[in-house]
Amino acid sequence: MANLAAVVGIGQTSYTTKRNDVSIAGLVREAAVNALNDADLTWDDIDAVILGKAPDMFEGIIMPEIYLTDALGCNGKPMLRVHTAGSVGGSTALVAASHVQSGTFDRVLTVSFEKQSESNAMWALSNPQPFSTHLNAGAGGYFAPIIREYIRRSGAPADVGIKVAVKDRLHGARNPLAHLQLPEISMEEVADSFMLWDPIRYLESCPSSDGACAMVIASEELADKASKPPAWIRGVAMRSEPTMYAGREEVNPQAGRDCAADVYKQAGISDPRKDLDVAEVYVPFSWYEPMWLENLGFAPEGEGWKLTMEGATSLIDGGDIPWNPSGGVLSSNAIGASGMIRFAEAARQVRNDAGDHQVPGAKLALGHAYGGGAQFFAMWVVGAEKA
Amino acid sequence: MKEIAIVGYQQSDAVSDAGAQNEVELIIPVLSRIFEQVGITNAQDVDFVCSGSCDYLQGAAFAFVLGVDALGAVPPIKESHVEMDAAWALYESVLKIRMGHADSALVYGFGKSSPGELPIVLSQQLDPYYLAPQWVDTISLAAMQARMMLDRGLITERDMAEVVARSRRNALDNPHAQLKGDVTADDILAEETYLSPLRRSDCCPISDGASAMVICTVEKAKAWGKPYAVISGIDHIIESHNPGMRDLTDSVSTRKAAENAGMGKGKVDVAELYAPFSHQELILTRALGLGDDTNINPSGGVLAGNLMMASGLSRIGEVFNRIVAGDAERGVAHTTSGPCLQHNLVAVLDKGEVA
Repeated sequence: MANLAAVVGIGQTSYTTKRNDVSIAGLVREAAVNALNDADLTWDDIDAVILGKAPDMFEGIIMPEIYLTDALGCNGKPMLRVHTAGSVGGSTALVAASHVQSGTFDRVLTVSFEKQSESNAMWALSNPQPFSTHLNAGAGGYFAPIIREYIRRSGAPADVGIKVAVKDRLHGARNPLAHLQLPEISMEEVADSFMLWDPIRYLESCPSSDGACAMVIASEELADKASKPPAWIRGVAMRSEPTMYAGREEVNPQAGRDCAADVYKQAGISDPRKDLDVAEVYVPFSWYEPMWLENLGFAPEGEGWKLTMEGATSLIDGGDIPWNPSGGVLSSNAIGASGMIRFAEAARQVRNDAGDHQVPGAKLALGHAYGGGAQFFAMWVVGAEKA
Repeated sequence: MKEIAIVGYQQSDAVSDAGAQNEVELIIPVLSRIFEQVGITNAQDVDFVCSGSCDYLQGAAFAFVLGVDALGAVPPIKESHVEMDAAWALYESVLKIRMGHADSALVYGFGKSSPGELPIVLSQQLDPYYLAPQWVDTISLAAMQARMMLDRGLITERDMAEVVARSRRNALDNPHAQLKGDVTADDILAEETYLSPLRRSDCCPISDGASAMVICTVEKAKAWGKPYAVISGIDHIIESHNPGMRDLTDSVSTRKAAENAGMGKGKVDVAELYAPFSHQELILTRALGLGDDTNINPSGGVLAGNLMMASGLSRIGEVFNRIVAGDAERGVAHTTSGPCLQHNLVAVLDKGEVA
């Protein structure tokens, strides 16, 4: 059995299009210092640093952990760099947790970031792969046909995506760190925004953000002595499958279903909608909320959109299972950090420390990230109690 | 802490240009051989998979994603990736086994460095605001480091040439080596300098290729009935990125990582050191305190062939090979990353019980 570990400190930057006021080192350090302050700790209290970010071409720096060593107070300590595509923020948190859960370290710092303004993610994603079909589509172009297939199969009404786009932005308006602050957003405004990749409209897509997220993860003994309530890690899971293979289920990927089943089993969850109080799920395009509601077992196949339309996932409507009360990826998308933000926001909820987007009385939360062609998954369940 | 064993290691030949082969095609033959070695079918038969690679070698984002195609990852597998040498993928896998979430793991690294100009490409891993804009390549930085050592009288050019000559001769017995030959230090010293004080032979070649390893709990190794070596210690430490802020003629992090890994607890029969430049082998040998009773880089080391993103894992694999062949009882493997030995990993391997 893995040793018990917990999140004892969380730090984020605010998310915005261009953080011209800081270097990349300044950005990650800001999140890290915020996490240390939150944990009431100093650099000397950290045994190792685990860094994650999406492809190096997003900033044009090869293996930036080498350069970021000094900014993250890591001289003389172990530094590990994780990269698992869009799921990386989540995977990085899991790899960081394994440093403690394995009994190898007592307390580690994990940081993930993206400074998209330093380069152009759309370009970096559209670079041709040698010897492979060149899609030149970016992420939205890749996922749009999969969403259309979801709509065809489920018979979901056309405005489900619009509803998600509005809901997550209204959530984001309660989170001062969120990139998009759109408290007045309406269904009409989203419907009228221009079509990027049918059926994904401009306002149904995530923004491009600069930002970083950091967490301090500690052993049970140290977490018991933490100055603020810890978020106990109750389950961790990762799954991968190839981008393409004959018979691949792209709408409801097997890797996502297996990953969820694994993490629920560890956390003793049999009915995720009932047992969990809140979920922070990687939804970069609006329609991925109903799709992941089904993939993660919150609704039967073909019926995820009903939860969205009923308001079950809305904190503001008093839904029974709020999804992305922080505003989610649709409100802030510092790509490499986006998965870790989900994991950290889940932890904030069970620490009862989520400010105006706190789900009242949240005790058990899911953090979720996915990446590549919806083929890499990372999840954790965190709780206010140890078991 | 749970004992973890290495039960299989395979690598491709180090070649200067793999031609039209893509990275998946570099990986697949190596994986086929390691599955055969361990007696398993594919990645479904291990509990965890972790790889190391670098997008910038291939020149496209998500180079590693296609690597998953080589694994047989249907149904889905537990898999992760580091943008580092695969030695750190091994480290991540060790943690996964220690925490009880896996009993076995497949680790692999791969790189096709030939399409680009590697020393220039790697200049872009430097501080992006102060160093990278100067396009200081890896060879220039290493030359500066060698010059400091010569100027301080810590080494001579002949010492460096002896390292190269020994590598070339040792590589004669390594079927995967790219550079080998019955060469003397005088032959090396007769070469003209390339980037003073380095001669071309002081620098590792640019190679394409892959390597892979299977690790598991000692119980599982016994169940599989395979000869194994035990990873009795593994640790890694990074130092300041700023080359002016550390003593480039020493490797403090290597020494400390070796201490943490328990290297000093016994005799070291064999050492495989990731020294891309001849003078760096001398730094590492001194940092580790290795003497004449240790066989250093019997494979020829990376001067004989440098599989970027896999060479570190290969160092550990080479020590494993010596131990299971009965040539050594205990060995140390070293891996490095970053300019001038900035980040260093040390693993200590011990002979396992007879299966």
